[in-house]
Amino acid sequence: MGKTVLMQGNEACVEGAIAAGMRFYAGYPITPSTEIAENSAVRLPQVGGKFIQMEDEISSMAAVIGASAAGVKAMTASSGPGFSLKQENLGYACIAEIPCVIVDVQRSGPSTGLPTSPSQADVMQSRWGTHGDHPMIVISPSSVRETYDLAIRCFNLAEKYRTPVIFLMDEIVGHLREGIEIPDPKSLEIINRPVRRYAKQNGLPYHVEEGKYVPEMLPFGQGQRYHITGLAHNESGFPTNDNKEAGKLFRRLLDKVKNNRDDIVQVEEVMCEDADAVVVCFGGTARAAVTAVKQARNRGIKAGMFRPITIWPFPDKELEALSKKVKRIVVAEHNDGQILLEVQRIVKDNCEVDFIGRIDGSVMTPREILSKIEGAK
Amino acid sequence: MASELINKYMRPEHLPHIWCPGCGNGILMRNVAQAIDNLGLDHDKVVIVSGIGCSSRAAGYMDFNTIHTTHGRAIAFATGIKLANPELEVIVIAGDGDISAIGGNHLIHAARRNIGITVVVFNNNIYGMTGGQYSPTTPRGEKGTTAPYGNIDRSFDIAGLAYGAGASFAARGSSYHVQQTTAYIQQGILHKGFSIIDCASVCPTYYGRKNKKGSAVDMMKYQRDNAVMQEKAVQMSAEELKGKLVIGVLAHTNYPEFTAEYQKLIDRLGREAEEREREGK
Repeated sequence: MGKTVLMQGNEACVEGAIAAGMRFYAGYPITPSTEIAENSAVRLPQVGGKFIQMEDEISSMAAVIGASAAGVKAMTASSGPGFSLKQENLGYACIAEIPCVIVDVQRSGPSTGLPTSPSQADVMQSRWGTHGDHPMIVISPSSVRETYDLAIRCFNLAEKYRTPVIFLMDEIVGHLREGIEIPDPKSLEIINRPVRRYAKQNGLPYHVEEGKYVPEMLPFGQGQRYHITGLAHNESGFPTNDNKEAGKLFRRLLDKVKNNRDDIVQVEEVMCEDADAVVVCFGGTARAAVTAVKQARNRGIKAGMFRPITIWPFPDKELEALSKKVKRIVVAEHNDGQILLEVQRIVKDNCEVDFIGRIDGSVMTPREILSKIEGAK
Repeated sequence: MASELINKYMRPEHLPHIWCPGCGNGILMRNVAQAIDNLGLDHDKVVIVSGIGCSSRAAGYMDFNTIHTTHGRAIAFATGIKLANPELEVIVIAGDGDISAIGGNHLIHAARRNIGITVVVFNNNIYGMTGGQYSPTTPRGEKGTTAPYGNIDRSFDIAGLAYGAGASFAARGSSYHVQQTTAYIQQGILHKGFSIIDCASVCPTYYGRKNKKGSAVDMMKYQRDNAVMQEKAVQMSAEELKGKLVIGVLAHTNYPEFTAEYQKLIDRLGREAEEREREGK
């Protein structure tokens, strides 16, 4: 039995990360994610880990990749402007296959926007922010306890697939305080990166066995002196200009997420079994949506909620199946319709799709979602 | 004895390197290997970190733990590696554009922090990989493809910049001054704190040709004939130093090293926690 504590979402993110084995954090102050840096600064040296406040967002992302290459689980956190700055090195982590976790506590508007106001408008940026075809795993929590649990899951997936994982939080959940039960550390499933069992001096550090997607990894300093690069490389880890070899690498990077989507994708379905109208939403918006669904049920409307916990890869199969059973889907999100694009792509003409969005930095109320469930135009 | 060094510290299967005939980078890379050899460092504990540009290809040729990172960010990657595992000997190899233009912020902050990494700059006064654009160390008045009428900017003194930002070891070498430069790199690696060795390279292909500096040999001769030792340079006027290449140790001071200080913090918190536990709090 764990202990129950009052905790903020951003704080739970740090505690979950530490439980997952995070022992390195590099970051730069930015609202509304700053508490993640502050809590890491307090907590990491207590557990023998390292915290560093870097000179900017770019170097924070770089230091995290460096630390992970040295064998330490590492995380950074930011928000809109800082998340934009991290994109180049995020792509480096994708191609060099360096596990790490990047938290984006979303805030409102483009550029400096509304720094203290909630938003969910980085959905597409989290998928496509860095250049070139690349894999991406993005996960979004809707409560403080879930933030704790999913921070662990982010690390587990990053380690398992040797890829950066984006923890797409929002200001609603980041600054929310809830009483949560901290699970017994022994009850947690912690995954570590696949480690090369022996150091082969002339081995192929990026060799992947037939039918597998992830090369084993040996941290720097442990006897296999290999090369890491952001250039297209072959299994030796050294750069190649050969189209066949480059294509093989790029395809494998995409396939390792795509072909493992069943392991990666998680959704929550609330009262969907008999539902006629279902709200599709994620993150902090789900809190208002659940209330709206219950109110609708009280009024005799068979309502439900479908919440992608894994945003990318998007839960297409799950949503498609649901869309064949329901009459209406209401997409609710704190942006101008980003998840909506995915929903329309997947649902097609299976059912009606309606939308409620919010882009002014205010929070959507259950009443507003309820009126959409009821079919108000 | 170069071939012995090559066999011991290079990856012969990835040679010859991509650098142009007459480029100074090969000599400087050799100096880094020689310094490591002189110090008898454990191969497996050395990490070479590079950014993007001609100089950055050195990482791929050297048989250590090597990481070729993004443009300008080598010091930031190196900071993560060193802090995560302070036992590693982390050496950054970077060019002048890499370290003082796009990566200038990381240079000054790593110097200020005094993190125990060694930065060796292959300073060829030009962006070579992209074909000869002027860099922050292109002297005023000199030409590049993006300074077709002569560079208007003032140029950076990289070692001086790092020293000003708090680097506890800063030196200048050159591709001509092999013995001295190797010794400075060696001192830099031994130094417990942030070290930088700004090494004048030569780029006959772009910088030399654009500015009519003659052949690679002529450019090396220029380094030989115009070098002034640091001790002498401090007594010379700015006018007298014009066109000179100052060689030597600019700064060598002791200041607490970042990762060692962080370890002290971890140890202190650990002791305090033990005490609290003993007292049953």
